[in-house]
Amino acid sequence: MNEGDSKGNKVERKTIDIVHQGLAKRYRAERRFRLYGLTAILIGLLCLAILFISIVGNGYKAFQQTYLELEVFFDPALLDQHNLSTADYTGLVKSNLRTMFPEVRGRSDKRQLYMLISPGGAFQLRKMVLRDPDIIGRNISVWVPADDDVDMLMKGHFKADVAESSRRLSDKQLAWIEQLKEQGKIRKEFNKTFFTAGDSREPELAGIWGAAVGSFFALLVTLLLSFPIGVAAAVYLEEFAPKNRWTDLIEVNINNLAAVPSIVFGLLGLAVFLNFFGFPRSAPLVGGLVLTLMTLPTIIIASRAALQSVPPSIREGALGVGASKMQMVVHHVLPLALPGMLTGTIIGMARALGETAPLLMIGMVAFIVDIPGGLTDPSTVLPVQIYLWADSPERAFVERTSAAIMVLLVFLMLMNAAAIVLRRKFEKRW
Amino acid sequence: MSPATILTALLILSSAAYYLGRRRAFAVASKRGGIRYLHSRPTYYGALTALWCGIPALLLFGLWFGLEDKIITNLVVADLPQAIRGLPDNRLNLVVNDIKNLVSGNIVAGEVTATIQAAAEHYRNLKTTSNAALAVGMLSLGIVGTVVVRSRISSTLRARNLVEQLVKYLLIACSCLAILTTIGIVLSVLYESLRFFEAVSITDFLFGLEWSPQMAIRADQVGSSGAFGVIPVFSGTLLISAIAMLVAVPIGLMSAIYLAEYANKKFRDVAKPLLEILAGIPAVVYGFFAAITVAPFVRNVGSTLGFDVSSESALAAGLVMGVMIIPFVSSLSDDVINAVPQALRDGAYSLGATRSETIKQVVLPAALPGIVGSILLAVSRAIGETMIVVMAAGLSANLTLNPFKTVTTVTVQIVTLLIGDQEFDSPKTLAAFALGLVLFIVTLFLNVIALKVVRRYREQYE
Repeated sequence: MNEGDSKGNKVERKTIDIVHQGLAKRYRAERRFRLYGLTAILIGLLCLAILFISIVGNGYKAFQQTYLELEVFFDPALLDQHNLSTADYTGLVKSNLRTMFPEVRGRSDKRQLYMLISPGGAFQLRKMVLRDPDIIGRNISVWVPADDDVDMLMKGHFKADVAESSRRLSDKQLAWIEQLKEQGKIRKEFNKTFFTAGDSREPELAGIWGAAVGSFFALLVTLLLSFPIGVAAAVYLEEFAPKNRWTDLIEVNINNLAAVPSIVFGLLGLAVFLNFFGFPRSAPLVGGLVLTLMTLPTIIIASRAALQSVPPSIREGALGVGASKMQMVVHHVLPLALPGMLTGTIIGMARALGETAPLLMIGMVAFIVDIPGGLTDPSTVLPVQIYLWADSPERAFVERTSAAIMVLLVFLMLMNAAAIVLRRKFEKRW
Repeated sequence: MSPATILTALLILSSAAYYLGRRRAFAVASKRGGIRYLHSRPTYYGALTALWCGIPALLLFGLWFGLEDKIITNLVVADLPQAIRGLPDNRLNLVVNDIKNLVSGNIVAGEVTATIQAAAEHYRNLKTTSNAALAVGMLSLGIVGTVVVRSRISSTLRARNLVEQLVKYLLIACSCLAILTTIGIVLSVLYESLRFFEAVSITDFLFGLEWSPQMAIRADQVGSSGAFGVIPVFSGTLLISAIAMLVAVPIGLMSAIYLAEYANKKFRDVAKPLLEILAGIPAVVYGFFAAITVAPFVRNVGSTLGFDVSSESALAAGLVMGVMIIPFVSSLSDDVINAVPQALRDGAYSLGATRSETIKQVVLPAALPGIVGSILLAVSRAIGETMIVVMAAGLSANLTLNPFKTVTTVTVQIVTLLIGDQEFDSPKTLAAFALGLVLFIVTLFLNVIALKVVRRYREQYE
C-alpha cells in the first residue's frame, strides 16, 4: 500500500492486501500445526522410552542373586549311605546356621535365622552329596541362595531405616546380615537359576527355562503348521483361484480373521480342541494349534503380497517355454516370493511368541515346575509366565517379571531383526 | 507306538514309495526305449506314488486323533459299575477326569478306589490298542496305496496331471481353513451361548444393569442369585476404549500427518520404525507396565489433585492401551494419507494455501473415509484387547463413566470366568461364551464396516 493511494478517496482494498494482512497469522498457524505433529511423534517416542526405562530399571538387578556362604559339615550321623536322597538336608542347613551363630537361642529367634536362607539351599546340598558321596564327613564351604527378602535388602529395594513392623526383616535379622557382610559371607553373583530353572513359589528359585521351552514347543507346532498351510492358501488364492463368490468369501474371511480379537481364538481352542476333541489341557500342542489359527491370516496376507510382487513377465516366460501352471508356480514364482513369505512368517511368529490371552483359555496358566519334555507335557509359555509372576505379591517377583520381559523382548527383537535382514538381503526391485 | 513315531514311519514309507514309483517308471520306460516315451517325467510317477501312500494315511491319522479320546472315554464309562454310571453328568465327568489324571500320572483329586484303578488300567490298555491299531491301519493304507499306484504305472499314465490335480486340491483345502476357522468360532461360541441362554434369558443378559456372575452351590446360600446383565461390563469396555482412543487418535493421526507431509526422509526412516516398535511389544508387557508404573502414578497424581482415584482405575488401563494403539492408527493413516494423489495437493498449493491449510482442507477430507476406517479398526482392537485390562483394570462391574473408578471389561470377565477349574454346565462359565459371542459380533461388525470403507476408498484413488 503506498502513500498516494491512501490519500484522498477511500481506495478499494486489493485481494493481495487482504492476503498480506492475514499472512503472519497463517504462518503462525502453519508453525503451530507443524509443532503439533512433531509433539505427537515425540510423545509416542517418549512413551516408548518410559516403557523401556521402567522395565529395565525394575528388572536389571534380577540377573544377580544374593548368596550366603555356609561352612557345611556333612555330618555322617545325619547322612548314612542308605538314605542319601531322602535325608534331612534342611536340618543340615539349620544345624550349620546354628553353629555359625552360636549366640542365637530361643525358638522364634532360630526360626528367624533359618528364614535367611532359601529352601533351595537344602536342595543344593542334596545335589552335592548325591553327585559325590565322598564329601560326607568333611567341612566344605558352600554358597547357597539367600531368601528373597535378604536378596531384596541387599539390592536396596527394602529400606532398613523404617519401623520394624513395616518391613519384612526384623531387627535381629538385619543384625545377622550385617554380621555376615562384615565376615564377607554374603555376596551377589550372576543369577544362573533364573535361566535354568522352571517356575517356583520362591522367587530366588524361579526361572524362565521351563516357560522358554514351552514357548519353543508351541512355536514349533505353529511354524510347522502355519507356514506350509499359509503359503499353500496364498498360492491358491493368488495363482489358481477363479474370481468368484467363493474366493471372495475366503478373502473377506481371511481379512476379518486377522482382526478378530485373539481371546476369541482362545474360546475356539477351549471349545473345539479341549472340549470336543479332548486334547490335554496346558499342552504346547494345543497352544500351537490355537496360535496357528491366529497367525494364519497374517502369513497368508504377507505371502499374497510377496506373490503379487513377482512380475507377470516371469510367469509368462515360464508358460512360454511350455511349463504347466503348477510348474510355473513351483519352479519360478515361489522361489522368488519365498523371502517375502519368510519375512511375513517370522513377523507372525514374533506375534505368536508374545501372545498371551488365547493361551490363558486353554489352561496354559497352570503353575508348572518341571521343564516340559514334549508336545503334550503340561507347560506354560514366556508371556504367560510373565503374567503369572506379575500377579505374585513378593517384591522379588516384580524384579523377575521385568527380567523375563527383557528376555522376551530380546527374542522378539532378534526375530524382527532377522526379518529385516532377510528383507534387505533378498529384496528385489523389478 | 507314539504318534510321532507313527508319523516318522509314514514319512519313511512315503519316501520309499517315491523311489519305488520312480524306479518303476524307469523300468517301464526302458522297455519302450527311453524316458521320452513316458507321458511325464519319472519324478512325477514317484511323487504320485508317494502322495497316494501318504495322504490317505494322514487323513486316517487326523480322524483317529480327533475321535480317539471320545470313543475310548465312552468305552471306559460303559464298563464302569452301574453305581458310577448312574451319577449325574457333572459328577461322572469328575470321575472320568480322575481316571484320565491317573493314566497320565498327575495328581488325582478324588480318592482312588479299586474301580477307578481298574478303569484307569482299562483306559491305558485301550489307548495302547488304539495306538497299535492306528499304526497298523496307517501303514497298511500306505502300503496298499503304494502297491496299487505302482502297478498302474505305464507309459500312458498322465502322472503329472494327476499330481498337479492332487496338489491343487491340497491348496484348496488349505485356503478353506480360513472359512473353517470362522465357522468353528461361530459354532463353538454360539453353541455354548445357547446353552447359557437356556439358564438366563437373553433380555436379562443384554439389558440387565447388574453383573455378578455367582451361581449358588447350595440353594440357601447368601447371595445365591447371580446377575448376568451385560450393560455394566460393556460400559466399562467402552469407557476404557474411549480413553484409549482419546490418546491414540490425536497422537497417531498427528504423527501420521507429520511423517507423511512434513518429515524429511532421514527423520522418517528413524521415527517410523521406532514408533512401530510400540506395536511389536506384547500386550502382557503393557499390562505389567500399566499395573506397576502407570496405575500408581495416576493414583498419586490424582490424590495430590484431590481426586479419589482407585488403584485399578479405568484411566490407567485406558492410557496404556492408547499408547499401544498409537502405531496402529498412525501406520494405517499414514498409508491412507500417502494414497491421496499429489495432484490434489498441488492444486491447493497453486491457489496459495499453506501446507497446513492444504492438509486440513484438502488432504484430510480426501483421506477421511480411510482414516475413519483405520480408527474403526483401532476401536475394534481396543475392545478386544485383553492382557492390559486383565492386569490393570478391575473385576467389579461398576456402571459409571468416572475414569478414576474401577470398571471391568468383556475380556476381563471372559478370562476370570474361564481360568481355573471349570464345570461346563454352570451358567457362570457359559456366560463367558455369551460374552465372547457379543465381543465377536461387535468386533466383526466394526471390522466389516472398516474393511469395506478402506477398500472402497482405495479403489477411489487407484
